[in-house]
Amino acid sequence: MNGFMNWLDARFPATKMWKEHLSEYYAPKNFNFWYFFGSLALLVLVLQIVTGIFLTMHYKPDAALAFASVEYIMRDVEWGWLIRYLHSTGASAFFVVVYLHMFRGLMYGSYKQPRELVWIFGMLIYLVLMAEAFMGYLLPWGQMSYWGAQVIISLFGAVPFIGEQLALWIRGDFVVADATLNRFFAFHVIAMPLVLLGLVVAHIIALHEVGSNNPDGVEIKKNKDANGKPVDGIPFHPYYTVKDIVGVIVFLFLFSLILFYAPEGGGWFLEHANFVPADPLKTPEHIAPVWYFTPFYAILRAVPSINNSSFPGVVAMGLSIVFLFLLPWLDRSPVRSLRYRGPYFKIALVLFIVSFLVLAFWVRNLRQLYTHYLHRYSLLFILHSLSSCQSIQN
Amino acid sequence: MRTLVLAFIVSLFSTQAMAASGGVHLDSVEIDITDQASLQRGAKTFVNYCLSCHSASYMRYNRMAKDLGLSDEQVENNLMFASDKIGETMTVAMRAEDAQKWFGVTPPDLSVISRSRGTDWLYTYLRTFYLDESRPMGTNNLAFKDVGMPHVLWEQQGYMAKDDHGELVEATAGPMSTYEYNQVVGDLVNFLAYIGEPSKLQRMELAKWVLLYLALFFLVAYPLKKAFWRDIH
Repeated sequence: MNGFMNWLDARFPATKMWKEHLSEYYAPKNFNFWYFFGSLALLVLVLQIVTGIFLTMHYKPDAALAFASVEYIMRDVEWGWLIRYLHSTGASAFFVVVYLHMFRGLMYGSYKQPRELVWIFGMLIYLVLMAEAFMGYLLPWGQMSYWGAQVIISLFGAVPFIGEQLALWIRGDFVVADATLNRFFAFHVIAMPLVLLGLVVAHIIALHEVGSNNPDGVEIKKNKDANGKPVDGIPFHPYYTVKDIVGVIVFLFLFSLILFYAPEGGGWFLEHANFVPADPLKTPEHIAPVWYFTPFYAILRAVPSINNSSFPGVVAMGLSIVFLFLLPWLDRSPVRSLRYRGPYFKIALVLFIVSFLVLAFWVRNLRQLYTHYLHRYSLLFILHSLSSCQSIQN
Repeated sequence: MRTLVLAFIVSLFSTQAMAASGGVHLDSVEIDITDQASLQRGAKTFVNYCLSCHSASYMRYNRMAKDLGLSDEQVENNLMFASDKIGETMTVAMRAEDAQKWFGVTPPDLSVISRSRGTDWLYTYLRTFYLDESRPMGTNNLAFKDVGMPHVLWEQQGYMAKDDHGELVEATAGPMSTYEYNQVVGDLVNFLAYIGEPSKLQRMELAKWVLLYLALFFLVAYPLKKAFWRDIH
């Protein structure tokens, strides 16, 4: 074994990488509950890729066959129902985990110097993940798949001057059709996953270069012992590997509860209307995207159009993401962790979360009557980043 | 600031109340897809009354036989009028263009209807046909206004009519009491729930083993973590 490792190490930095990223990667020892979600996101990523490969073996990216092929997977493919539910529940779980992971970053200031790039890579992962999920949702070719895609793609049509041509170019047809399904399939199974994997590697390399933040927001590299090891750090392996295994089990337990007992997630994970095959001639009564998109969709709906163009809504939606990208520079407070920040930051964070949840879970009940409430929450969501800047003095 | 937060929370709930919308009241039906007797009765109604216009083209006869506790012969002899091979799916001979001409709409495939409409809706729909002379088939429906489908189960239920208050009352008595008819429809809806997701039977069966495995794994993993972390303060 030793001989083999020597042979290998002379040709490939296996031991070096193992040490750098696991056995001698020093992580702060005070990680709390919120620090499970990074490794869980990685777990779900692997789950999605593996189940996705098996789904691809049976799925047919053809407007005439797609819906039936999904039901074929659910009924006639051995364990097909399990693979499909793992993938569909996994998609929602991915966003739950990633949202909690991002919330951790917000709470403890993990986006701040010197971790700006970790945050930027993370935001890019989030963007690609949204594209990946959006394109994946078209594939079952149900009514919600179809009309959701129709609505989202038509957003590009709101861009002044080039909009119509742009939307046409994306769809490959005048409406969402077979051409759209085919290209979305290609993006969903090859293009986006490749980009996603690359970004995840970049995210982790950037993180391991600067070291992990922690709930106290202190820099463990500033306090080293005689051997040059951080006094408050512990090797990721075995300490955090054994700890994360516990997190993984608890996560899988909750995941299994939904997967086995409520795979439709009460209509939030698999929408009821998506059990009707896509029909270009029949618009469903309510078109609502899957829950992880609803905050952005709600912003879009809440901002009134100007000159019959929904472009302002599109801009507002875009801004809500752009502000998140700029967070490391918008928030100029030298203090990282929520624990040591003033009331303004705390209030801003609470408002941000509340507005996010309201926008996310209310969109189903959207009525003309109270869209004006949504304006306020949209504004809150967008202004959160700005309001957090005001807390520098604290 | 506190008042602001309070006003904010109040605004959440005040609009929540407004969100509750009207629509037809749906009667709830109890679903138990492990009740084979109920599924068998439902299957009988289904193949006799639904499966001449509506297909269930993702559902195979032999899968149904296995899950309903029937032999292939039993299904072939009693429940298979539309196909001649037990491995086939539940298709119908009626052509879509004919259906369009006769009913104004092609009857939808019923494989996953319970998952799109919901079982309570189906239960209500099948029990609320009423006489309406303005409709081509002579009947209308409370849950599905101006539906193209006629009241197929009139031989069982008889006919209902709308009274002055908009309530349904019996117009022509059928051979079944309301209770008996509710049973028939309940079994049918139960069967529709089953064909919506036959693998649900396996799913429920597997669930407890997966959860048990994870629980046992936890009993190993947690002490392991404790042991490793003993020296970390």
